[in-house]
Amino acid sequence: MGIINSQQSAVGSLQSGEEQVLGSSVLLTKLDEIIGWGRKYSFFLYPFVTACCGMEFMSLAGPRYDLDRFGSALPRFSPRQADLLFVVGTISHKQAPILVKIYNQMTEPKWVFSFGVCATSGGFYDNYATVQGIDTLIPVDVYVPGCPPRPEMVIDGLLKLQQKVAKEKWSDWPRGEAPVTQNQNLKIKI
Amino acid sequence: MDSVTLKKLKEKFSDSIVDTHSFRGDETATVKKEKIVDICKFLRDDNELLYNFMMDITAVDYYGREPRFEVVYHLYSLKYNRRVRIKVPVPESDCTVDSIISVWIGADWFEREAYDLYGIIFKGHPNLKRILLYEGFEGHPLRKDYPVKGRQPLIGPKN
Repeated sequence: MGIINSQQSAVGSLQSGEEQVLGSSVLLTKLDEIIGWGRKYSFFLYPFVTACCGMEFMSLAGPRYDLDRFGSALPRFSPRQADLLFVVGTISHKQAPILVKIYNQMTEPKWVFSFGVCATSGGFYDNYATVQGIDTLIPVDVYVPGCPPRPEMVIDGLLKLQQKVAKEKWSDWPRGEAPVTQNQNLKIKI
Repeated sequence: MDSVTLKKLKEKFSDSIVDTHSFRGDETATVKKEKIVDICKFLRDDNELLYNFMMDITAVDYYGREPRFEVVYHLYSLKYNRRVRIKVPVPESDCTVDSIISVWIGADWFEREAYDLYGIIFKGHPNLKRILLYEGFEGHPLRKDYPVKGRQPLIGPKN
């Protein structure tokens, strides 16, 4: 049923800008939409859980809030099998290379979900040990702040990610490796 | 009002006890660092004390005071349900104290932590290297003179 609807909407949007530029590649446009529709309802999470937000993540994945309703039920504990990286909790500088390695090991297309204020900006940990937001290391699709965020916030973020995924084009991928360096100039001494 | 612990310590190590303090059952003895291993052995083995559980070792940086550091040991006697706190002043010029691994093997990681974050050298420790921070980290971040905004990331953005 959903696929039929998706095809109809693809036909209906024939006159939009990209299609006019691409000319007769109607089939390609349909594939974009159908694959986007399929992807957004079949996320495979990799929970990179490092701190107390993990408890909140468990309640989210459990029966009461039930992420399965949104098609992202199965956490995969190998990055090779996952396409949605949930960064849940504080990332320390010692862990940062591990997070980047996990991200690079995931196959594309892949998305990153920043769960909680520590992953988003470092939270109140502005000190020698803590990464000030994972977007200094890897590209992030959705930020959900909160200490911890309510499950409703996370579900809202997941729905927004679904909307984003549904609109993606072939040309959005691949994104490539995380844009990071191990340069010694990173040190700040005051 | 000294309890049995402080009384026995004062009798046995009269010239090594710098100060004692007792408040509502919360007992503290400040001792000279040369005697720390002997005192720990005594506290563990004396039949009226039997402090067989080394609960915690930590350090304090009294920046601007001399001696600058203090290593703090928290001991617990499972047999008598008693606790005592031993403090050891450590000057910055000779930032060392004897390891008490020979008394309680569990002191291993606590001493490594105090070394990692405060830079206190525990003499006789078999494997004194950083436990929480990474190789290549410069300085000891819980010292009061570590720069508040000092950052030493292993990996970071390209620009």
